[in-house]
Amino acid sequence: MALLVLLPVLALIEIAAQGSGDLWPHLIENVLPVALQQTLLLLLGVGVLTTLMAVPCAWLVATCRFPGRAALDWALLLPLAVPSYIVAYSYLDVLHPLGPVQSALRFLLGISSPRGLRLPDLRSIGGCIFVLSVVLYPYVYLSARASFLVQSAAALEVARTLGAGRLRTFLRIAIPLARPAIVAGVTLALLETLGDIGASEFLGMRTLTVSIYTTWVNRSNLPGAAQIALVMLLLVLVIILGERAARRSRRFVATGSTRPQAPTQLTGLAAWGACLFCALPVLLGFAVPLAHLTLAAAQRIEFSGISLDILKEARNSALLATAGMLVTVSLGLVVAVAQRVDRSRITGAFVRLAGLGYAIPGTVLAIGLLTPMAAFDNLLDGFARQLAGVSTGLLISGSGGALILAYGIRFLTIPASGVEAGYAKLSPHLDMAARSLGCTRGAMVRQVHLPLLRTALATAALIVFVDGMKELPATLLLRPLGFETLATHIYAEAARSTYEDGALAALVIVLVGLIPVILLARISRSAAEGAARPSSSSKSGT
Amino acid sequence: MLRSIGRRLFLAACGTAMLVGTASAQQVVNVYTTREPALAAPLFEAFTKATGITVNSVFVKDGLAERVKAEGAASPADLLMTVDVGNLLDVVDAGVIQPVESKVLSDAIPANLRDPQGNWFALSMRARLIYAAKDMPKLTSFHYEDLSDPKWKGKICIRSGQHPYNIGLTAAYIVHYGEAKTEAWLRGLKANLARKATGGDREGARDIMGGICDIAVGNSYYVGLMRSGAGGPDQKKWGEAIDVVLPTFENGGTHVNVSGAAVAKNAPNKANAVKLLEFAVSPQMQAVYAKQNMEYPVLAGAEIDPIIAALGPLKIDSVSLVEVAKARKKASELMDKVGFDN
Repeated sequence: MALLVLLPVLALIEIAAQGSGDLWPHLIENVLPVALQQTLLLLLGVGVLTTLMAVPCAWLVATCRFPGRAALDWALLLPLAVPSYIVAYSYLDVLHPLGPVQSALRFLLGISSPRGLRLPDLRSIGGCIFVLSVVLYPYVYLSARASFLVQSAAALEVARTLGAGRLRTFLRIAIPLARPAIVAGVTLALLETLGDIGASEFLGMRTLTVSIYTTWVNRSNLPGAAQIALVMLLLVLVIILGERAARRSRRFVATGSTRPQAPTQLTGLAAWGACLFCALPVLLGFAVPLAHLTLAAAQRIEFSGISLDILKEARNSALLATAGMLVTVSLGLVVAVAQRVDRSRITGAFVRLAGLGYAIPGTVLAIGLLTPMAAFDNLLDGFARQLAGVSTGLLISGSGGALILAYGIRFLTIPASGVEAGYAKLSPHLDMAARSLGCTRGAMVRQVHLPLLRTALATAALIVFVDGMKELPATLLLRPLGFETLATHIYAEAARSTYEDGALAALVIVLVGLIPVILLARISRSAAEGAARPSSSSKSGT
Repeated sequence: MLRSIGRRLFLAACGTAMLVGTASAQQVVNVYTTREPALAAPLFEAFTKATGITVNSVFVKDGLAERVKAEGAASPADLLMTVDVGNLLDVVDAGVIQPVESKVLSDAIPANLRDPQGNWFALSMRARLIYAAKDMPKLTSFHYEDLSDPKWKGKICIRSGQHPYNIGLTAAYIVHYGEAKTEAWLRGLKANLARKATGGDREGARDIMGGICDIAVGNSYYVGLMRSGAGGPDQKKWGEAIDVVLPTFENGGTHVNVSGAAVAKNAPNKANAVKLLEFAVSPQMQAVYAKQNMEYPVLAGAEIDPIIAALGPLKIDSVSLVEVAKARKKASELMDKVGFDN
C-alpha cells in the first residue's frame, strides 16, 4: 500500500534525475529565497490565525451555553464545503474598489470617485493568510472540539476549586489537554496550505507550489519542477514529524471517570460576545462567499440562462468523489489496521509515508502517476496487440482509473490518520482479550475493531468526499476525454478570466459539499458525546 | 455498492478502450487542447456538420506535452491545439508531433506564422495592447519601451510576469534589445506597478475603472469580449471605461502571439486531423474561429470582428515568432531575477 504512495514519488525522483543541476544556481539565487520565505510566512500565518479562530470557538461551543450555540456548533464546519480558490475569487470581487464594501464606504465618507480612497490590497501575504484561514480553520475546530467534549470534568473542576478563573482554566488546563488534537488539526490545515495552488496563485503569492508550476509550465522544465517538488516534500516531512513529536511528547489519558463537564451558562455581555465571536468565522468563511456566489449566479442565469451541462458535471463530480472516497477509505483502513496488528517499525514507517501523498501538489502527483501508469497501459496494449490483435488503448490512464488512484494517494492520510486516532482510543487490552478468546486477527478486526471504528471511518469518508468534490489539479490532468467536473468547469472559466460564468458551478460545488459537511457535524458531536459517557471509559488504557 | 461501482468503473474503462480501439472505424478526431473547448467548439461543430467526422476534445491546461509523451504509442491524441506559440514549440521539442505537408495550409498561412518543416501551424493571432484611463490626457501613440518611463510610477497594472502573455512580450523585447536592456526595462516597469503583478488582463480594465491604475497591459481580444457585452453588463462597463492604444516597439511593430495546432506523432486518425486543420484555415472558418475569441485571423483578407477592427490598423512586429519562443526561458528567468511578481 505504501508502495502505491511511493510510486509517484519514485517517478518524481526519476524525472528529477533526468534534469541537470544547471537550474539550481538560478533557483537558489532568485526563486527559492522568496518561495521559502512566502511559504513559511503563509504557514505561520495560517497556523496562528486558524488556531486563534478555531480553538476558542471549539471551547465555547463545547463547554458553554449561549444564544445560537446549537446552530453554531455545526455551522462552524460549513467553510469545509467551499474550495479555497472560490473564496479567493469571491473576496476579490467583494473587496474590490467597485465592489459592495468599498462602494458603501465611499458613500458613507462622501467620496465620489474610487480614486479618492485606496484600501490595502487583498493580493498580499496578509490577504492570502486571511482567505486560507477562513476556509481551513474547520480542520482545527473539528479536532479541538472533539477533544474539549471528552475532557474530564474532574480536572477542570479541580482547577476551578483551586481558585483558577475561567480563562486561566482554559489556558492552563483545557488547552494543554487538547494540544495533540489541536496540533493534528493545524497540521491538516498547513498541508492544505502548502499544496494550495488556486488561492495562492490568484492572490499573487510566490510559494513553493506556485514556483513548481512556473518552472514546469513556463520554462517547460519538468525535471526542475520535480526537483523543487522534492524540496517541498522535505518540508512536508518536517511538518509530519513535528506533529508526531508533538503527539508523542504529550500523551494524556483520562483516568477513572470521564464524566463530561456540565456546560456553563453564559449570560449578558459574555453570552452575546461568545455568539458574535463564533459567528464571525462562519460569516467570513461561508456566508460572505455563499451570498456573493448566489448573487453572481443569479445574475448569470438572468444574463445567459442555465446550461444543462452543469447537471452532467455535477453528476461526474459526485461519481468521482464517491469512487475516490471508497478507494481511499479502503486503502486507509488497510494501512491503519496493518499498523495496529503488526506493530513493527517497517509498518510504522510505511504509515508515515502514507501521509506524504496529501502534501504532493495535485499536478505533480498527476505527472508522477501518469508516467508509470501510461507505461503500464502501453505494455498491456502491446501485449494485447501481439497476442490477440486488439488494442486495449489506455486502459487505466484513459478511463478515470488513474484519477481515482490519484485521489486515493492524495487523500490516503485522512482515513489512515483518522482510523489510527480511532484506534488510539481502543485499549490494546481489547485486542488481547479478543485474541485470548480465540479470535483470529481477521475476525478481531472485523468483529471487534470495525464496529468501534465506525465513527472514525464515517468521518474520514465524508472529509474525503468533500475534498474529492473540490479537487482540481489532478482532475485537470488525469480526467478522460470529454469528462468535465464542476471544478474543471470553474477552472476553464477562470483560465479565460470569465469566472463569473463559473459562479453557478461554484455554487453547486458548495451546495453539494454542504450535505456531507452537515452529516459530519452530526456524527462528530454524537461520537464525542458517546465517548464522554461514563460507560465508555475503557479508552483510558494507554 | 463497492462491487457495483467497481464493475461500472471496469466497464467504463473497457468502454473507453474500445472507443479508442475502434476510433478509426467511427470517423473521429481526438483533439487535446490548451485552448478552452468553448472557444474551439464552433469550429468543431461546423467541421462535424461538413464532414460527418466527430470531434472529441479534452481541455489540458498544463502538461500537454508530458501527457502525450507519457501516453506513448497508445495515445488517442490526433491533433494538439495550443493558445501560445511557446507551447507549440514545446510539443515539437518533446517529439510528440509529426510534420504535415499540405498545400492548403502553406497557401493559407503566411510563412512567418507556421513552421518551415510543417511541424506546427498558427490559426489565429492576438496583440498585446495598452488600456488607458479615459480621464487622463489621450495617449496618441505608445511604445512598449515607455512602460519603464518613471512618469508612470505607481500607475501601471499588469498580470503575473510569469504568465505566457507577458513572457512572450518580454521575449520579444530580448530579441529586439538583448538581455541587459530587457532587465533594465523590467526593473523600470516593476517600479511603475500600481499593485502586485497578478490577476487577468480584464482586471487591468476593471482596476482602471476602480481607480487603482492609469494604464494596463492587456490582450486585444479581451477588449472585444468586454465591449461586446458577451461577458455581461459589468464587463461592458469596464471595456467602455478604457481607451485602447496599439503600442509598437520603437523600431518595430505590435507584439502578437498565436494559437495554433500540430498533428500528434501517433495520431490514430491522422488524415482526419489534417482535414480539420485545412478546414480551420478556410476563409469562412478563419472568421468564425477568430471571432469566437475576438482574435485576428491568420488568413489574409479573412473577416475581422468590427470591435477589433475599430481598434485601428495592426502593424505586426517584424521579429520572428520562433526567435521569440526561443527567448521565453530567458524571459522567465529575468522575471525571477528582478522579482517581478514578488
